Order: sequence, then C-alpha cells, then structure tokens
Amino acid sequence: MIWVDTVLQGVLLGGLYALFALGLSLVFGIMRLVNLAHGDLIVLAAYLILVLTTLLDLGPFMAALVALPVMFAVGWTLQRLVLNRVLGTDILPPLLVTFGLSVVLQNALQEGFSADSRRIPAGWLETASVPIGPISLGVMPLLTFASAILVTLALQWLFYRTALGRAFRATSDDPATASLMGVKPDAIFAKATGIAMIVVTIAALYLGTRANFDPTTGPARLIYAFEAVIIGGLGSLWGTLAGGIIIGVAQTVGAQINPEWQILAGHIAFLAVLLIRPRGLFPRAFD
Amino acid sequence: MALLQTRGLTARYGDFQALFGVDMELAEGETVAVIGANGAGKTTLMRSISGLLRQAPEMVHYDGRQIGAMAADDIMEAGIAMVPEGRKLFPSLSVEENLLMGCHRRKVKGPWSLDSVYALFPILKERRHAPGTALSGGQQQMVSIGRALMSNPRVLLCDEISLGLAPVVIRDVYAAFPQIRASGASVIVVEQDIGQAMKIADRVYCMMEGRVTLSGRPGDLSREAIHDAYFGANA
Ligand SMILES: Nc1ncnc2c1ncn2[C@@H]1O[C@H](COP(=O)(O)OP(=O)(O)O)[C@@H](O)[C@H]1O
Ligand SMILES: [Mg+2]
Repeated sequence: MIWVDTVLQGVLLGGLYALFALGLSLVFGIMRLVNLAHGDLIVLAAYLILVLTTLLDLGPFMAALVALPVMFAVGWTLQRLVLNRVLGTDILPPLLVTFGLSVVLQNALQEGFSADSRRIPAGWLETASVPIGPISLGVMPLLTFASAILVTLALQWLFYRTALGRAFRATSDDPATASLMGVKPDAIFAKATGIAMIVVTIAALYLGTRANFDPTTGPARLIYAFEAVIIGGLGSLWGTLAGGIIIGVAQTVGAQINPEWQILAGHIAFLAVLLIRPRGLFPRAFD
Repeated sequence: MALLQTRGLTARYGDFQALFGVDMELAEGETVAVIGANGAGKTTLMRSISGLLRQAPEMVHYDGRQIGAMAADDIMEAGIAMVPEGRKLFPSLSVEENLLMGCHRRKVKGPWSLDSVYALFPILKERRHAPGTALSGGQQQMVSIGRALMSNPRVLLCDEISLGLAPVVIRDVYAAFPQIRASGASVIVVEQDIGQAMKIADRVYCMMEGRVTLSGRPGDLSREAIHDAYFGANA
C-alpha cells in the first residue's frame, strides 16, 4: 500500500513539474527558443501573486487571476522588445539573452524582496486532504494535477482547433511561407510567449503555495522543466505532461527508498528514458 | 493602366546582383508567363513582388501603390498571393488546414472558398484530413494553388508549378487555369518548361541572367527568337 501511495504522490508532484514545463514546451515548439529564464519568470510570477494577495487583500486564486493578464503582457512585451530581435538561424544569441535575463531577474528580485524565502498563504487549503481508502491525498497537490491536465487540454485545443493554433503550427514549420499567408511571425511569437506566461502564472500559483521560494529558486525549477520537455519529446504537449509525471514518480519512489535519493532518482529517470528513446516519448514527426 | 508593374527592379544577394532593372507589367485579368533557364532570376522576381525580398518602394507598383518595400504579409493582404517554388506546404498541417492558412489574414468574399477549391481539385476533398506532405507531388501542387486562391487574390503568382512533375500531372494541374482565369484573377506563371505556360499566357516575358531578353504575345514570337532569348544568341 505504501508503494501505491508513493506512486500517487509522485504522479501529483509530476503535475507541478508539468506545469513548470508546459510553457517552456510551448515556446520551444513554436519558435525553437530555449528560454533559460523560464524558471525565473515562474518565480517572478510567484512574487507578483504574493504582492497582489497582500496589496489587494486577495486569496491566492483571485490574485493569480489578476496576475494572468499582467504576465501575458510581460511575455508579449519581452518577446516584442527583446527576443524577436535575437531569433534567427543561430541559436546562441537567444540562449545568451535569456541567460542574461535570468541573472537580471534574480538580482532585481533580491533587490526588491531580499533573499528571504517566502510563501503564498493558502489558508486551510495548505493542509487540507481527501482520504481515498487508506490513502490521503492533499487538496493542493490534487488541484495542481487537475490544473496541469486542464492546461494541457486547453493548449491542445488552442493548437489543433483554432485559427491561432493553426498559425502557430504553420509559423513553426516555415515562417517565410507563413508570412506569404499574411502571418506576421513577430506578432505570432509575441502571442505565444504571452500565452506561455499565462501557464507560468498558473505554475507560480502552485509553486508558491506549496513550497517556499526565494529569488534564486528559478534555475532548479528550470531543470525539472527541461527534463520533462525532453523526456516527452520536444514540442509535444501530452509528452510534456507525461515527462513531468515520470520525473515526479521517480523522485517520490527514490525518496521512499532513501530520502537522499529524491532529486537524483529524477535525473536518473531522465537519463534512462533518453537512453531508451533518444528523441523522447512522443517526438514530433517533423523536425 | 497595369494592375501590377515592376519598374527598373534590381535585386541582389549580398555582392551578387540577381536582377538588373526588370520592367514588366500585368494588366487586370491578364495571364502572363515568365520563362527562363535555371538561374535566370525568375524566383528572385517573384520573391521581390511578394515581399519575401524587400527592394526600393518604387520598384514595384500595384493598384496605384508603391509596394516594393512592403512586408510579405501586408502584400498578401493587399491581394497578391503566391504559389511558391517547391510548393512549400506546412508539414504539420492537414490538407484542409493548409488551405485554410490561405485566408488566415485576407478574408475577402469571392469565387474561392473551401467548396470551390474542392470542386476545382476534387482529389483534395477526399484527402482533406491527410497531412499535406503525405500527398503526391501533383496533389501537393494543387494544395499550394488552392491555398493561394483561398484569399481570393487579385494577382496570383505561380513559381514553377510543373517542377518535378510528370507530364500528365502537369497537364492536370494546368487544366485548372482556365477556371482560375475565369474567376477574375490576374496570373503570372513562371516556368522553365515553356510548353504549358505558353499555351495559357496572353503575353510572355523571357529572362536570362537577371534581365528581360524578350517579350510579346506567344503567337508573335518565333521559336528562334525564344531560343536566343532563353539560352543566349550564341548558345
Ligand atoms: N539566397 C541566395 N543567395 C545567393 N544567391 C542566390 C540566392 N538565391 C538565388 N541566388 C542566385 O540568384 C540567381 C537567380 O536565382 P533565381 O531567382 O532562383 O533563378 P530562377 O528562379 O530563374 O532559377 C542565381 O544565379 C542564383 O544562384
Ligand atoms: Mg526558380
């Protein structure tokens, strides 16, 4: 029974990792941009939610709702003013720029909020749980997992059922030909990063309510996100969700065997999947 | 007054000059063929008109505007659609999604819609859920032409639609042009293969090494004159 519990907790934890990863996967899938500041943007969103809870005296969910359009605007502006200028055939400039952005964000957050670790208060939800037979699952982990599934479904719908998603895929295939269809690749990329920041805000809500964070928390989250995206197969949304779950389960199982093995077990799972399927579990047909 | 006109159009790739003052025009409702050997500059001409290559504004005139420096997406919205060399279907999109991309931005009501494109190329309707790139070369060319028509363009630019296709397939694809023309579109077809293009064209331009070497009505041009303009007088 303890193993069932461990695996279930791992699956739920995987939901959090999937939320970290989905925004990264979205941006990579559309513009082949690896955003090294992704983790720091999650932390930025967590601070924004935290500020909104105290400033406007809101609960965490309402504060996140207010943060959504703000973060969309942050992503849109970032893409328009900075990232669109460095996108091209050479992948190094965007890497350097997002790395720089990561450093700037961490320092700015330290300046603004000090290095103390913080947490978004979620009241009674923090400790609430539902008993399922002999196992008890936390309400926040359940909400996190449900959100990961909903975000995946929503992105899947956006990508495959809307005109915007069609334009995302076409632009990802071939920006020049897409522009012959009237698409402005720069505008498409700005919308995509805006949408990625909406996912980032949802990830930040659960990161910030479930654990302490400080201005330097970002890069560690980025690694889990990377691993989930790569395991899943670059650019595949369901794959990213599956990748997050695999890392989550590996971590809880590893921790169950030996508490010191939690992080290591996640990385080993990552390597094992890559050894067996170098292109990930659900690689895209065209790359 | 021509609907589309290039005036002294020059184009370069870095130090290499590909076009040397090309003057060309297309009247409303007209079909013009641009022929020339590989490397003559035909694709460069099409890319300069469609905005994929941006030149000086006054080098391309369309509908009373200077469009030589406009971006490709704005030119498409203004009514110039392109069937690019190599067909360029979006591999992640189905046949129908590829067609729908054609009217992503320019949503002008007119003779062309999914239904009328499917009526023009019935095989595409059967295969509408297949990935665009799963089709045969000829069918892919039909998708590319249909995609350009979806925006109900005033000008249709076709770059080497017969490239890599078997003669019977080329005939099938070209069979669509009388209907395209009847729908009111003005058309430029670029070809290395002179046969089909000359049959549907009102006028022909022949290009060599970045210059127009001959132009006129197909019936007025002797085989010899075309041969010289195409390959050079000493060839
Ligand atoms: N991207 C490019 N960079 C450099 N030179 C090019 C490029 N594209 C075409 N050219 C050169 O420009 C000339 C005209 O090419 P193009 O317009 O493609 O001719 P065509 O379509 O008639 O075969 C050729 O000599 C070709 O080598
Ligand atoms: Mg060419």
